Amino acid sequence: MRGSEFLPNQIKNLMGQNNGVSASATNAKAAADRFQAHDYYNLDELLQEDHLLARDAVRSWVKQEVSPIIEDYANRAACPTHLFKGLAEIGAFGPSLPMEYGGGGMDEIAYGIIMQELERGDSGIRSMASVQGSLVMYPIYRFGSEEQRKKYLPKLGSGEFIGCFGLTEPDHGSNPNGMITNIKDDGDAYILNGSKMWITNSPLADVAVVWAKDEEGVVRGLIVEKDMPGFSAPEIHGKWSLRASITGELVFEDVRVPKANVLPNVHGLKGPLSCLSKARYGIAWGAIGAAMDCYDAALRYSKERVQFGKPIGQFQLTQKKLAEMITEITKAQLLAWRLGTLANEGKASPAQISMAKRNNVHMALEVAREARQIHGGMGITNEYPIMRHMMNLETVLTYEGTHDIHLLITGMDVTGLNAFK
Amino acid sequence: MKLLVCVSKTPDTTTKIAFTDGGAQLDTNGVQYIMNPYDEWYALVRALELKEAAGGTVTIINVGPAANDQVIRKGLAIGADEAVRIDADPKSALYVAKQIAAYAQKENFDMVLLGKESIDYNGSEVGAMIAELLDQPFISYASKMEISGNTATISRDIEGGTEIVELDTPFVLSASKGLAEQRIPNMRGIMMAKRKPLKVEAAVEAPDMSTTVGFELPPAKSAVKLVDPEDMNELVRLLHEEAKVI
Ligand SMILES: Cc1cc2nc3c(=O)[nH]c(=O)nc-3n(C[C@H](O)[C@H](O)[C@H](O)COP(=O)(O)OP(=O)(O)OC[C@H]3O[C@@H](n4cnc5c(N)ncnc54)[C@H](O)[C@@H]3O)c2cc1C
Ligand SMILES: Cc1cc2nc3c(=O)[nH]c(=O)nc-3n(C[C@H](O)[C@H](O)[C@H](O)COP(=O)(O)OP(=O)(O)OC[C@H]3O[C@@H](n4cnc5c(N)ncnc54)[C@H](O)[C@@H]3O)c2cc1C
Repeated sequence: MRGSEFLPNQIKNLMGQNNGVSASATNAKAAADRFQAHDYYNLDELLQEDHLLARDAVRSWVKQEVSPIIEDYANRAACPTHLFKGLAEIGAFGPSLPMEYGGGGMDEIAYGIIMQELERGDSGIRSMASVQGSLVMYPIYRFGSEEQRKKYLPKLGSGEFIGCFGLTEPDHGSNPNGMITNIKDDGDAYILNGSKMWITNSPLADVAVVWAKDEEGVVRGLIVEKDMPGFSAPEIHGKWSLRASITGELVFEDVRVPKANVLPNVHGLKGPLSCLSKARYGIAWGAIGAAMDCYDAALRYSKERVQFGKPIGQFQLTQKKLAEMITEITKAQLLAWRLGTLANEGKASPAQISMAKRNNVHMALEVAREARQIHGGMGITNEYPIMRHMMNLETVLTYEGTHDIHLLITGMDVTGLNAFK
Repeated sequence: MKLLVCVSKTPDTTTKIAFTDGGAQLDTNGVQYIMNPYDEWYALVRALELKEAAGGTVTIINVGPAANDQVIRKGLAIGADEAVRIDADPKSALYVAKQIAAYAQKENFDMVLLGKESIDYNGSEVGAMIAELLDQPFISYASKMEISGNTATISRDIEGGTEIVELDTPFVLSASKGLAEQRIPNMRGIMMAKRKPLKVEAAVEAPDMSTTVGFELPPAKSAVKLVDPEDMNELVRLLHEEAKVI
């Protein structure tokens, strides 16, 4: 067959001529990434050339590097740490930060599309990139001094350093303002005490952006380095979700953090919240990727699986599921695209970002559940990506503001009445 | 070294091919296009490696309409320095070769690299034609190339083995698998590509010497027959009587 060396791996597998990574992977079926994108409303026409190039590049990277290994890593609850370098090389860390600070100099839509393609692979892989880019590089870029930017950003952008973001505490999740982690002035340094919980990447991190209250009760941001005495980051085990992403605690016992490591240009909770807006924006796009993967698998399965003498896709109840899935995906794509356009103009409000995060993640979880049903018993196995996406999305529904907290943000925005007080 | 890489646009390898106009035209509805992989994965990447090792420039050239710009831009994102598009419908291999040769003649390249074939029309013609038009040697199906000074040592795939050729620049080379490894463009490359020049040049006169009158699809595949692994006699019978291969 002419040109057959360029066929996707799964077709080569069927033809018995693949001797690349995937054929030797433990789970050959999981390695077969047959994903094809669905663009029901021709939204590609709204995208620029660089968006399409970015999308195709990250899609190829995910097919090559993530899909063949992800089921295995998720199964073992192991983090594919070698992907940090690859994510850096492809440019997934801070794509919309300026190039001179280790970013990609791209616009917000490109950033969104990159997150979509990464999460099409796995929400945990997208989380690795979201945290590094939006929760670590972004605050250092936005609130850091020029020395801090020069010291940390190029290394974070190139993947030489791994970063994490510590806001959530064991007793303060949805209510971060209640945090008890604190700093006390001690001459040229602050003494940091407290602990953080559920911190993505923390056991691997070289630097942690940590939010703590000063003696006046004002939230400040600090850059804590791995080897500072009194600082530890134990791993949290037993997660059924985001299993390929590593999560841990941050524990600070009288950690002396030089004053030069305090982010000078931010005071108060708006600091961490603006980082969260940046990351939530990426999640609004990312969730669409997970949904597209589930829909794509379900659509194909519905045409291949025969029951009662016909493909299950011919049954009206299956068609209803598929029709609703692609409708919801298309609506989410439109929401993300419009939000991206607003973000490019600097006009996307935190409440608008909150709405898209909540809607699109919830949509993705519903799509995953329906896709799971269409796959019948096969849907619960790791031969298909569905169950992994579904379990991952339970975290995505909760982190960066839970679904209900986002409902209250919209509620407050439209009524002007604060339900949190 | 001054290098020219020819890049063509082809339908994605998973495209379902259909025709319109009673078989005279490809039905382009819903077709996704890519850069011909022999050009992208092997010819372009090897050219970039030569440039990275010894300096020089890599120019990519395409003969085609403005709709090809996205594919060309990808070549720039992977690392080419500049691009030229000859603004014309690539009517036939000879027409394409004449356009590329005319440009190469003006610019005096040390090497012209192309894919061993396009994965759509599979002509394997353009390279030889360019070489002839430039009066330069043509090395086809190159799977390995080392350069020292102006001398290239090239391995060519031949039936059942390899031929090793040595020659001096300038020459034309067509790339096959092994010459280099695919590079996925990164975001930085994509952004830099926006600022790299993509020149559009008018076509030179070249008469149409052939016309496509129709395409035909291969006969549809019949259903797969599953044979019980225990039943060797049935397998042999089918191969003999139905497939007629033994
Ligand atoms: C895998 C994973 C990775 C994470 N990574 C990070 C990270 O890198 N950095 C970081 O800082 N955090 C991280 N988090 C933490 C995450 O942001 C929190 O889990 C989240 O904010 C919710 O906090 P909580 O778990 O304490 O839940 P709680 O705040 O205790 O919420 C429990 C329930 O109560 C509801 N609730 C709370 N308040 C209200 C209210 N006012 N009205 C109605 N309902 C309410 C919530 O909606 C939720 O359903 C991560 C979490 C997970 C699971
Ligand atoms: C009779 C006929 C009619 C055609 N009509 C049309 C048409 O109407 N519209 C249309 O879009 N195509 C048309 N084509 C296809 C187009 O002409 C092909 O691109 C051209 O023939 C080269 O294809 P090939 O398979 O012969 O190339 P090959 O010789 O197999 O290609 C080898 C290499 O040459 C280079 N190359 C090939 N084509 C180009 C190019 N255009 N620009 C730069 N480098 C190139 C690439 O490096 C490629 O790997 C037609 C082809 C034929 C034979």
